[in-house]
Amino acid sequence: MSLSESQALGPLARRDDEPVFDEPWQAQVLALAFNLIAQDVFSAGQWSDALGAELKHALARREPDDPQTYYRSALAALETLLAADGRIVAERLADRVETWRRAYLNTPHGQPVKLSAGAGPEIRHQ
Amino acid sequence: MTKHDSDTIAAIHRELHSHLPSEPALRAKALESLLVEKGMIDPAAVDAWVGAYSEDIGPKNGARIVARCWIDPDLKQRMLDDAARAVKELGYEQSHLIAVENTPDVHNLVVCTLCSCYPTALLGMPPNWYKMAAYRSRAVRDPLGVLAEFGVALDEQVEIRVWDSTAELRYIVIPQRPAGTDGWDEAALASLVTRNAMIGTERDLSARAAADT
Repeated sequence: MSLSESQALGPLARRDDEPVFDEPWQAQVLALAFNLIAQDVFSAGQWSDALGAELKHALARREPDDPQTYYRSALAALETLLAADGRIVAERLADRVETWRRAYLNTPHGQPVKLSAGAGPEIRHQ
Repeated sequence: MTKHDSDTIAAIHRELHSHLPSEPALRAKALESLLVEKGMIDPAAVDAWVGAYSEDIGPKNGARIVARCWIDPDLKQRMLDDAARAVKELGYEQSHLIAVENTPDVHNLVVCTLCSCYPTALLGMPPNWYKMAAYRSRAVRDPLGVLAEFGVALDEQVEIRVWDSTAELRYIVIPQRPAGTDGWDEAALASLVTRNAMIGTERDLSARAAADT
């Protein structure tokens, strides 16, 4: 093994005690995928192929080889699988993202954020 | 109030509202809410899954199975013959499971070169390094180098077998029983079995580990 390769391997063992989920959305993405497999919306094989393809794309784009890239790839795989058969088209998803964004901006800190709060325009606080 | 002041105050308000989730968090939230509306996802099931995999389901299930195999050679043989059926006897549900056994002459190492396929029902979520491209590519190309990085040095006569997981093939390594554990009960033995030993990035388990903890 070359020196550069052994150096590149260094982080692997150091990653051993890292928490599996750094942020709640990461767990949410895998929970959605596992539940959709359990409901036969797609198969475990389709999930693994889609995730593998996204990880390859990320590598090709030279994104860092880290958990953040892994979970972003998982999210992209989920979106791709659900868009592929027309269940959730990209535009619908983009609209919903914007609605949630407005809902968060319109909801005072500390109060529960409801989707309905994003239905109108963003409230300007002045 | 001048225009400048009102802009400043607006900026302060925005700062106060900076609890806006990150872009991927918003996308995940958007996906879940659409799936719930379509009746494709039960939000309670999502929460239950997150709770289970954050807290309850971990490598302890696999460790108990390995300990049972050490105590009961017949069970170990059934694991090697048909692992999915054998773990079902013990009350676990892990489909497409294959058990491989370490011996003085064989060391097994498990990887998923495509993504991160793993026997999650027995071992919980895979560690981060299992999902990284560095491990997925090098475990096959340079398994000895990977093992060295995890502090494992194999004797010359030991054959290394690398198993590439898929959605339909998930592996668990049955490590060798440590010396000095004769007569130990299942719980004591299970406490010696590490997650990495069941993936193959650890080889020699120690009877001392449990005594120290």
